[in-house]
Amino acid sequence: MSILTEAQAKAILDKVIAFSTADECSAQLGGGIAGNVRFARNDISTAGIVDNTELAVQVAFGKRVGTATINQFDDASLERVVRRAEDLAKLAPENPEFVPAVGKQSYRVTETFSASTAALTPEARAKIAEASIAPCRDKGLVAAGFLEDGTSFFAHANSNGNYGYQQSTAADYTCTVRTEDGRGSGWVGSSVQDIAAFDAGKDVQIAMRKAAASVDAQALEPGKYTVILEPAAAAGLISFMMNFFDARSADEGRSFLSKQGGGNKIGEQIMDPRVNIYTDPWNPAVPVLPWDGDGLPRERTQIIDQGKVANLEYSRFWAGKQGKPETAGWGNVIMEGGTKSTADLIAGTERGILVTRTWYIRMVDPQTVLLTGLTRDGTFYIENGQLKYPIKNFRFNESPVIMLNNIDELGRSVRVKADEGSSMMLPPMKLRDFTFTSLSDAV
Amino acid sequence: MDRRDFLALSTFFTGAALSPSIFGKAIAASQLQDAIDIAVKKRLSDAALTSAKAAGATYCDVRVGRYLRQFVITRDRNVQNIVNTESTGSGVRVIADGAWGFAATNAMTEDAVADAARQATAMAKANARTQLKPVQLAPTPGVGEVSWRTPIKKNAMDVPIADKVDLLMDVNEAAFAAGANFVNSLLFLVNEQKYLASSDGSYIDQDVHRIWAPITVTAVDMATGKFRSREGLSAPMGLGWEYMDGRPEDKFVLSNGLTTYGNSYDMKEDAIAAANDAKEKLKAPSVKPGKYDLVLDPNHLGLTIHESVGHPLELDRVLGYEANYAGTSFATLDKRDAGFKYGSEIVNLFADKTQTGSLGAVAYDDEGVKTKRWDLVKDGILVDYQTIRDQAHIVGKTESDGCCYADSWSSVQFQRMANVSLAPGKTKMSPADMIAGVENGIYIAGRGSFSIDQQRYNAQFGGTVYYEIKNGKLGPMIEDVAYQMRTPEFWGACSAICDESDYRMFGSFFDGKGQPSQVSAVSHGSSTTRFDGINVISTARSLG
Repeated sequence: MSILTEAQAKAILDKVIAFSTADECSAQLGGGIAGNVRFARNDISTAGIVDNTELAVQVAFGKRVGTATINQFDDASLERVVRRAEDLAKLAPENPEFVPAVGKQSYRVTETFSASTAALTPEARAKIAEASIAPCRDKGLVAAGFLEDGTSFFAHANSNGNYGYQQSTAADYTCTVRTEDGRGSGWVGSSVQDIAAFDAGKDVQIAMRKAAASVDAQALEPGKYTVILEPAAAAGLISFMMNFFDARSADEGRSFLSKQGGGNKIGEQIMDPRVNIYTDPWNPAVPVLPWDGDGLPRERTQIIDQGKVANLEYSRFWAGKQGKPETAGWGNVIMEGGTKSTADLIAGTERGILVTRTWYIRMVDPQTVLLTGLTRDGTFYIENGQLKYPIKNFRFNESPVIMLNNIDELGRSVRVKADEGSSMMLPPMKLRDFTFTSLSDAV
Repeated sequence: MDRRDFLALSTFFTGAALSPSIFGKAIAASQLQDAIDIAVKKRLSDAALTSAKAAGATYCDVRVGRYLRQFVITRDRNVQNIVNTESTGSGVRVIADGAWGFAATNAMTEDAVADAARQATAMAKANARTQLKPVQLAPTPGVGEVSWRTPIKKNAMDVPIADKVDLLMDVNEAAFAAGANFVNSLLFLVNEQKYLASSDGSYIDQDVHRIWAPITVTAVDMATGKFRSREGLSAPMGLGWEYMDGRPEDKFVLSNGLTTYGNSYDMKEDAIAAANDAKEKLKAPSVKPGKYDLVLDPNHLGLTIHESVGHPLELDRVLGYEANYAGTSFATLDKRDAGFKYGSEIVNLFADKTQTGSLGAVAYDDEGVKTKRWDLVKDGILVDYQTIRDQAHIVGKTESDGCCYADSWSSVQFQRMANVSLAPGKTKMSPADMIAGVENGIYIAGRGSFSIDQQRYNAQFGGTVYYEIKNGKLGPMIEDVAYQMRTPEFWGACSAICDESDYRMFGSFFDGKGQPSQVSAVSHGSSTTRFDGINVISTARSLG
């Protein structure tokens, strides 16, 4: 099946809607081809291609809902999946929180597709692996990394006349370079929509420099330090926090955005006034589909405005219950910054710590969004504007909310490839009093 | 392991969104009892094996899989969704010119799997051009046509949906009656119907069952703005619906009434306890940071074993194959050769893919190797790792340990953790006996926050409930507890282990590893265990 054209996808969706005898019917059709290559110990270890397409059908009789999906697309299969969803709906108890499907919407296309990424071959992937491995081999370093690229399409329709179709591409690359004796480690990551904008040979040099420079790390006492979090290092903390902007949890009193005595913190100052966070499906650096899972059109929406909570995410049910307008779920997160690069921030720092990557971040206390995790693959002490020496990795116990109250300076915002979170633009951040609680011997 | 994966999953199925997902296609309940005809699986497999050989592959394995899941998801007094999913397809893995290649297809035709075998072979040949060392596969005997099934007593997929809905609604109502403000409960059932054929001459059909019944009970004090949740104390298990029986002999009760569970679970009883605990948490004092002797319940210690023993003794991590994501390991090969002291002399840790009731139990792994039990740490000394076929020669072994697993037909199989467990103490000791010997300690039950570095040295763990221990007696509940540890020192501080009568299993459905990331389900058994002089921090903070 692979990538269906708009005409092919629409024909399938139209048939599905026509087959349904329920009060309403919604269908989503998505698929794609994902390719990957993985390397370690300066050698390719695995590679793969996965091709899959699935159709999901949701129907409702009154407030009884059923969902079924299938991955075959002849007429008999399409009718079968609709009947199956209808059978489940008839068995289901009524859901008092049921909300009818959205009516006809209009969407402004977002530029989520790049032909060059869609054309990537297994040979090209192997070459990207080799471009990462060869310079490491030459310098006595050891590379381990991963490239995953994919082309996908997504289409949806419902019996209220709503419809959308769009194709997307993405490629994500990460590479960890270690010294042969295991005493030094560096990392680099790139996330691109257009593979033409990616150069593995150039990227890997960053990880190689950090690996070589991180040998013989010195131990600093745990405590509060000024840190510069590179955008990928900040992403783990910020993306975790963004998971907790749900309005219902806040209104129910079980979120850091709940207000003492009831209600939520919309309009309240919770961060430094330099913090501005928004979502925008059309942002050219991190475009996302122009609709959310309900089919509501995404809009540019301010989330944090000069440190104040501007908006929370409302499900359609909760918006209705609270008398709020229905708004789409957020597809990306963009934090504004300044004009400086990470190097500029380092140059302006008297004493501090540069963090390349954060790792294994977990919630410790949802009341304060206290997170724990570790630094990894390139942690350096900064003195008088220069990286002075590598330091041992730290465990941190820090809340991103507290962290964003302790801003010294924000650099230029960039599209981030991180272990956690996706479709984000973040600046490098210089922060005061970041809390490290113990040392790690891990390299 | 990723709790966030689970949260994301529940959000997906509870929201109005119905995006096609990695969890497969939804199907009617009646179809959860079907299986693909074994003759069809063999025919598809033979088509792939023949095609791979013709294309020049020197080894080929084919996994024809049907992966079924059922979710019954509730929030407070509502059933949010009932979802049956199925994912069916074939994954073909080959060695050609000394390199691996893999391709997968959801089209269940001989032509499609033969084509996948050709694609996998072409990919292997492309990779071979830059690969330095050819893959070296430890031999494993072909076993012909064999089959195995998780020894369940009652297939949970056979239980009517109405019974499951009634159970969860009854559980939630009981929690509300006990004073809960919010309750989320879930039944999560898994059936993996896995067929593996290989060019070694094996045709292995396995029917694997798992069950999980998590619950989260939340109490809110609107006036102070404080909220606290208490998770259920169940464990996901490799069992059938009999796990929900809550048999008296499977209950482990402390002197303060805290009840934890073994081979069956009383969900309603635990929901009531959770509501009471959540309310008590709102008022419990914060821990005073310092050194404490910790008494760890098996449903807590399992996660610590998982992170600080299971992962660092995975050979692919030790060798550097996971360096880019999950990380490497402090437990390097030279340490094993030198008889590295991993823990105190009473510490015996073993891997076991055959334990009844465990999540990882199978008869054969996903590359046709018969499973077994073996020692990792013996009398405190590091003695072995976990391997698969293409790694065995690196540590001087002539056969794999049987640790190969893929989470779907569409994922390539690789080395995954076996059930790794702490052997019970050899002398008679109950948790009450153990607590009686502690002057200044903390008792911790259940899983909480967990984080460990990429070489598995530095870890921090929280739990579900914490009780002070003073002069041999369990005291009141305390809050905001997390302990920080360095792996060898932590296991070196292990001073007592309760006997076999206290042994039970912790489990996880979501052990994450690999790129693309795959999940695996794994259990960790232990008895209640004591660790002396462990650093405890307070996690209480204020947002001002």
